Amino acid sequence: MKLDLLEVLGVRRAEGVHPPGRKLASEAAIERAPLPERVLLPICQHIGAPAKPVVKAGDHVDVGQLIAESGGGCSAPIHASISGEVKTSTTVIGPTNGLPVEAIVIEGDGQDSWVDLSPADPDSLSREDMLKRIAEAGIVGLGGAAFPTQVKLDRPPDSPVHTLLINGAECEPYITSDDRLMLEQPDRIVAGIRILMRLLSVDRAHVGIEDNKPRAVETIRQAVAQAGLPGEVNVVAVHAKYPMGAEKTLIKAILGVEVPEGGFPTDIGIVVQNVATLAAIADAVADGRPLVERVVTIAGLVARPKNLVSRFGTPASLLIDHCGGAVDNADIVIFGGPMMGVAQASADASLVKSTNCVLVEKADVRTERSCIRCGRCIGCCPMGLMPLMYVNLVKKSMIEDLADYHLMTCVECGACSFDCPANIPIVSYIKVGKTRLRQLAVSN
Amino acid sequence: MENTERLILSSAPHLRGRTSIARDMYLVVLALFLPTIGAVYFFGLYVLLMIVVGVASSVLTEYVAKRMRRKPFYMDGSAVVTGLLFVLILPPRTPLWIVVVGSIFSIAIVKEAFGGLGFNIFNPALAGRAFVSVSFAGSLGRWIAPTTSWLADAVTTPTPLSEGFATTLTNPELYKALFFGNVAGSTGETSVLLILLGGALLLAFGIIKWHIPVFYVATVFLLSWAMGQDPIFHILAGGLMLGAFFMATDYVTGPLTTRGRIIFAVAAGVLVVLIRVLGNMPEGVNYSILIMNAFTPLIDRYVRPRPYGLVKSKGRG
Repeated sequence: MKLDLLEVLGVRRAEGVHPPGRKLASEAAIERAPLPERVLLPICQHIGAPAKPVVKAGDHVDVGQLIAESGGGCSAPIHASISGEVKTSTTVIGPTNGLPVEAIVIEGDGQDSWVDLSPADPDSLSREDMLKRIAEAGIVGLGGAAFPTQVKLDRPPDSPVHTLLINGAECEPYITSDDRLMLEQPDRIVAGIRILMRLLSVDRAHVGIEDNKPRAVETIRQAVAQAGLPGEVNVVAVHAKYPMGAEKTLIKAILGVEVPEGGFPTDIGIVVQNVATLAAIADAVADGRPLVERVVTIAGLVARPKNLVSRFGTPASLLIDHCGGAVDNADIVIFGGPMMGVAQASADASLVKSTNCVLVEKADVRTERSCIRCGRCIGCCPMGLMPLMYVNLVKKSMIEDLADYHLMTCVECGACSFDCPANIPIVSYIKVGKTRLRQLAVSN
Repeated sequence: MENTERLILSSAPHLRGRTSIARDMYLVVLALFLPTIGAVYFFGLYVLLMIVVGVASSVLTEYVAKRMRRKPFYMDGSAVVTGLLFVLILPPRTPLWIVVVGSIFSIAIVKEAFGGLGFNIFNPALAGRAFVSVSFAGSLGRWIAPTTSWLADAVTTPTPLSEGFATTLTNPELYKALFFGNVAGSTGETSVLLILLGGALLLAFGIIKWHIPVFYVATVFLLSWAMGQDPIFHILAGGLMLGAFFMATDYVTGPLTTRGRIIFAVAAGVLVVLIRVLGNMPEGVNYSILIMNAFTPLIDRYVRPRPYGLVKSKGRG
């Protein structure tokens, strides 16, 4: 961990925290996870409208076959992740938001037979063809947000994009899936960069990787140098600090600009894509392969932490058992990292597209105390907010005042809660505040 | 995995830093040990008795107040800090009953009546000190010279900031006495050296940032100099250093942002000099901080960090 002198001296706000890295699986080469016997595929694994199922119970499906089509302008289709028979669909607890969601059930036949893929030469495809292949492959942002990728890439001509920013920061503790992908499959990532630079007609790209992953920085640098990409591509080793991998933080760190409040990076001509998304884009555009699997880190209190290529819909318990099972009375299973991940009600919860990590841990439950106004949450907020005010205002139901303190700018990274000596679950208050502020906006 | 049916559903973040209120408070107590040792060394074992009584009555008062308010009592160290600080800013021969009454006032009225730790407007130790000064002025006026034999009866003498103070010392000798603490004054405020060492601990542990002490002391230095006073004397004498490191830096009663804290410190520094030079009280540190405590909500209302991506022309978002 490198310390910034200006931060230590308090001349500049820290704008982040330094949680312990705990990258337990950083030496574990990517392996294939065992094929699950049965998968549960929620029809909404992305931000936006749920997908619409196009199969019925009793249908036979092959791997990669469309089972639910895109449900609207901002949506993504879902594909079968194993071959077998579709069963009656069921309702599961959404692994990302805890809300009930319909899930398509496939009982596997153990054959792993794929649909016929339609490879193409990416350089000969038009922009529209590329977008269509990305949309049809059901690709969403794999860094955690799961925003449908083609929506991000399909820019109207009047809002041109000038810079592609590739996010390989991977700032959450424990998670190593992007790190291993960069080390082992840099060519897929570079192929993705080439496709997006053509698709967006940009000649400038930056790859941001935290400086605690020097091997990944070196590997991607070499791969980029050898690839002869159409334009200037910089691989930047950014300061290892949480939440460096948050889109807006990374933009500020690398490009020195800020996304206007309430806006998106595309508003200022920047498209940000995670490295795993780029690999998936390369698969979709070059091979016509739909998104049915991804690298998932299994870490924490498991016997052997691993990075596993896992099919979506796989129950987490299968992966945990493949890593030697949980140890030391672990009592919490988190999808995602420890800072922003979602605790699951059951270890059998199914992997979805945004699940980059299955973290098995012992819960650190602490008693909430009164705020002592130490101001640490303000010092470490990457968005320049006053998190303690949200706690006060939500407690007092002063919802209108939340907007005065720019509540909607919060990215819920959890740095404030991490550093809070009073153990206040600040992010939980913020989520309540956002919901109530939205309700207020609707009722007005 | 085993026990799949008994998973905990906590909300993110699931990882917390190694930080707690008790850790902060006991580190402050640790840093205060240095001036405390100085207090006992310079003014005798009676001061130790005052400290025991002050801390015990503070903690007991908090316990009783929490029971009366039907709130949980945590031994988080905040009452220990208040009791200890309160004794460190009392004259060395303060009657024990005043120590008890002041501690009860600090905790019960200044802190718990406002809602307990985190909700009090004024620094409890300083407000308690102000309360006993106005209530028992006669019993508090007795300042004594530092004593070398710990149990000896002490000699009454004015403090360096008092009106009757006269010294045969040359300037360097006086500065040296003030720096090491070999002068009359409140129990824990005389030794600048020990306070600086304690303050360095607070800085090293990350409990405080440097802004408040530096801007507070620098303001006193520059303004007293501009007003034709001896600036070195003014920053070494009285309770300035103790106030700068241990009281103006109180989280609860000070501003939240760094810029707010600088405004707080500079304004408090101005008040110290104005009270010392123009006022009719010898010392102004206590009231400078209490007055700025009252301004803290105002400062926090107007001094806020700039949010990421704020578009100025759009106005309030």
